[in-house]
Order: sequence, then C-alpha cells, then structure tokens
Amino acid sequence: MAELERKKMINLNVDIAIIGGGPAGLAAAVSAYENGAKNIIVLDRNGWIGGILTQCIHDGFGVEETGISLTGPEYADMYIKKSQKYGIKFMNETMVLQIGRNKTIRAINKKGLFDIKAKSIILAMGCREKTRWSVLIPGDRPSGIYTAGVAQAFINLYNIMVGKNVVILGSGDIGLIMARRLKFEGANVIGVVEILPHASGLPRNVVQCLDDYDIPLYLNHTVTYIKGRERLECVTIAQIDEKRNIIKGTEREIKCDTLLLSLGLIPENELSMKAGVEIDKVTGGPIVSQSFETTVPGIFACGNCLQVYDTVDLLAIDAKKAGEYALNKTITQDKNITIQAGEGVRYVIPQIINKPGKIHFTLRVEKKMKTPMLHVISDKKKIFKKKLPWANPANMIDFYLDISKEIINNKDSIEVSLNDK
Amino acid sequence: MTNEKDITCIVCPIGCKILIKTNGKQCEILKGSKCKKGTDYARNEALDPRRMLTSSILVNNGEWPLVSVKSSKPVPKGKVFSVLKEIKKTKVNAPVKSGQIIIKNVADTEINILATKSIKK
Repeated sequence: MAELERKKMINLNVDIAIIGGGPAGLAAAVSAYENGAKNIIVLDRNGWIGGILTQCIHDGFGVEETGISLTGPEYADMYIKKSQKYGIKFMNETMVLQIGRNKTIRAINKKGLFDIKAKSIILAMGCREKTRWSVLIPGDRPSGIYTAGVAQAFINLYNIMVGKNVVILGSGDIGLIMARRLKFEGANVIGVVEILPHASGLPRNVVQCLDDYDIPLYLNHTVTYIKGRERLECVTIAQIDEKRNIIKGTEREIKCDTLLLSLGLIPENELSMKAGVEIDKVTGGPIVSQSFETTVPGIFACGNCLQVYDTVDLLAIDAKKAGEYALNKTITQDKNITIQAGEGVRYVIPQIINKPGKIHFTLRVEKKMKTPMLHVISDKKKIFKKKLPWANPANMIDFYLDISKEIINNKDSIEVSLNDK
Repeated sequence: MTNEKDITCIVCPIGCKILIKTNGKQCEILKGSKCKKGTDYARNEALDPRRMLTSSILVNNGEWPLVSVKSSKPVPKGKVFSVLKEIKKTKVNAPVKSGQIIIKNVADTEINILATKSIKK
C-alpha cells in the first residue's frame, strides 16, 4: 500500500484573495492591482486561468468594452497578460474548502492544505448550469443527456463529440451557440425547444446560430418524456398553454441520441453561505452594497456568483469596482439605505447603499415593455427619470446615478421602478 | 424586384430590428438602426451576407488536443461549410501562438484562419 505522505499546513498572508479565476476574478484582480493593491492571490480549481471563457471559442466578447468582437480565449488572454505583468499570483488546481472567521480561507491542492489570511476576500466563483433535475423531466435515465456547457467543454476543449442527432431544450445563449457548434461539427441538430413564447438568448444568437442554418425553434414547447435503455432513443415534445399545462394531442416523439439542456444558470454560493454572507432570494447571489461588499465586512462579491450577467463586458465593469473597493477595505457603515425593486422590476443591484457617490445599478425587469420609463423614487419624490428604448427580461438594464449625502442621511430606502407608458 | 425586409442586427447584444429595402444590388435603410455599425451590418446583410467563423483545429503534441480558431475576416455565408471542411482536414503541431496563421487563403476566400489561443507543447 502506498504510504501516505504527511503534508504540512501552509500559511499564507495576502492583501486580497480572490476565489475564482474566470472573467470576474481576473477583472477584479487586475483592477485591485491598478488601484494600488500589491499582494493579490487568485485561487481556482481548474488547471487553467480564464474559467468558462476558455471553452467559449465563439466571438462576441468585449464588443462594448473594447469595441472589437473577441473570442472567449482572446478576451481572457487580455486580462491574463495584464495580471502576469502585474505579478498577480495564481494557484490553480486549488479547491477552496471554506471561508472561516477573520477572513481566513482554507484551501487544498497537491502541495497540501493552506490557510490563507486575507485583508479582503473577493468571491468570484461564477455559476452552474441547471440540470434535468431542476425541471424534473420524467422518463428513463440513459446516457446522451448533457447540459449545454458540459457538451461545449467536451467538444471545444477535449475533442469529444457528444452525439449525432441532437435536440436542445432551452434557448439560452449557451444552447443557441451549441446548436451552431454541433452543426459545424457535422451533427444533425433537430431543433431547439423553448417553454417560453420567446427565445431566452440574445436576438443576435437566434439569428446567427439558428436562422442561418435553418434550425427550428419550437416556442411554447417543452420536453415531456425521455426514453432510452442504454443510450437516449427519443424524447417526447409537446406544446404548452399559458399556464404551462401540456396541450393534449400535441405530443410527438422525436428520435434522437442526444439531448442538450440549456435551462439557465444558478450562482454558485455554497462558500458564501458558509461564510455567513446573506443571499438575495431573487438573484441567488450575495446582497451587496455599492462597493460590492457583502453583508460580511471585508468579503466582496462579483461576477456570475453575484448575479448571472448577459455579457462579460457588463460583468467586468462591476468586477473591476469590486477589485477597487476591496483594497479600500470596509467602509464605515454609519447608515445603510436599502434599494427596493418597485413596480416592474425583478431585482436591483446593489441592494444596499452606505456611501454617497456615482453608483452603477443593474436590474432586470419582470416582463417585456415597449416604451419603458425608469424611475428612482426616494420618499415619494422622483430623484431620477430615464426613458429606455426597450425592456426585456432577457436583457439586463444598467444605469449610473449620483446618490447624494442628503439622501443617505435622511432616507431609509429608495425604490427603482419601471412602467410602460 | 424590390423587397422590404426586417434584419435583426447581430453586432451587439441589443439586436435592433432594422427595416431595409433592397433589389439585390442596392439597399436603402428605412428604419430601426441605432448606430453606424448597425447600418453597415444591415447593408452588408442585404447585399453580401458574411459571418465571422470560429471553430477548432487538431493539435499534435499539445497540452490541449485542440486549438480554437477564427476567420481573419467575416466569411461569405455561402462559403461557411467549405471553410469548415478545410478546417476539419487541418492538423497543426504544438506550440501554437494566439494570432498565428493556421490556414492561408482558406477555401480560396482570401481569408486566413488564425489561432485564438496559445497551446504549449
């Protein structure tokens, strides 16, 4: 029997420890350095830096940030190069086990067990995909069922083709991108099935991933049954009504060997919760202030573990702020005012404001609006009004607003609402 | 024959619907475009539709079995599958540097295929 090697506990002291080396962790690290932090460490469980960008080989990243359309690896490279130049330390193949009291991170890798004492911690763990069990599709449990992102990793990183005849459930961006990718790799993409009356992904992806290759999009449809002994043999799809009940007589079997699931993403926050960070029930991510500090002083959050962003460009804006503020450590919280999601708004970030200044707000609406008007109300008084060209639950809305000292001192909350005139 | 049609812009995440009028040779933007990039896209889409093409190419002796690639310029829509066919036939030896030309003048399009990732040996 192999002898177990006894490994020492390794202690490290850093200014800023970042958990996750994807786009959010990278942007936060680069920004923390550019704002004066020196001793920065990024921990990531993968063997590479860049997170999910590495497998997103399509272009469309960085359009708003850089003006050019980059592929995922190129976008990541832009930040990796900077962080290497800055001497930011990366610990790959490192699993963070927990965040303890006094901002001590316990992590493990092949070298041993680490206790990393940080002045500030930035959470940038990203998100995970919903699975078959999130939507409870009845039937057999054959092989050939993948989440879209896992199929993307197999094809784009490991050169493993996932199947020949493919049905995709869910029209999120990853599902759409994978429809085209599979077509490029010679698969027969039978169709994309979407329960909603509209595609969940960006319009540009419906055009360049489905329409371009005549891949049908079945709206108001869902997969109702999965059949197959060893390998997937067929799925049943059916039309649904407004109450999401199956319309009898519309069921039909589609022969296929592969089902891809693109059902949405869930922020990954097991570590945050264990650290005592309060989670927003709507976003699934930590409640944060304008400086992206969570309810635990000194612990910050950014990226898709905070909220699932539409684009990396928008994500990077907030992640950079998190990096900048993490350096300045905790802001004395004399007074917190809460930001409430009013009419038509599903959620707003930040949820708390404790310092005056120019604040970047992000929000999502509950339903589609044609001529929406955005209002920010403080004590029944409108402090901000903006006409938006459109509003759609699939597109995040962001705006900047100066919050004055008076508002913070005199009010307990402000409300953000949207109505369709 | 002159046709009016709606084009969904793919330049940015907004996805504007742009109404155009075209006879196949000339194109007039009627409404819906919110920026110059959108106007250019709609015109090209009506007269000479092209797409950026991204895929991957096999790597010999690399830390990864594949290197991701892109077309140096948007590829004419009708040429997409002939370009992909050439991409599939190609193998490259590690190391590969991001930006390196992997295929020159792919499928006689005068477009090159470039690596978008660096792959170590």
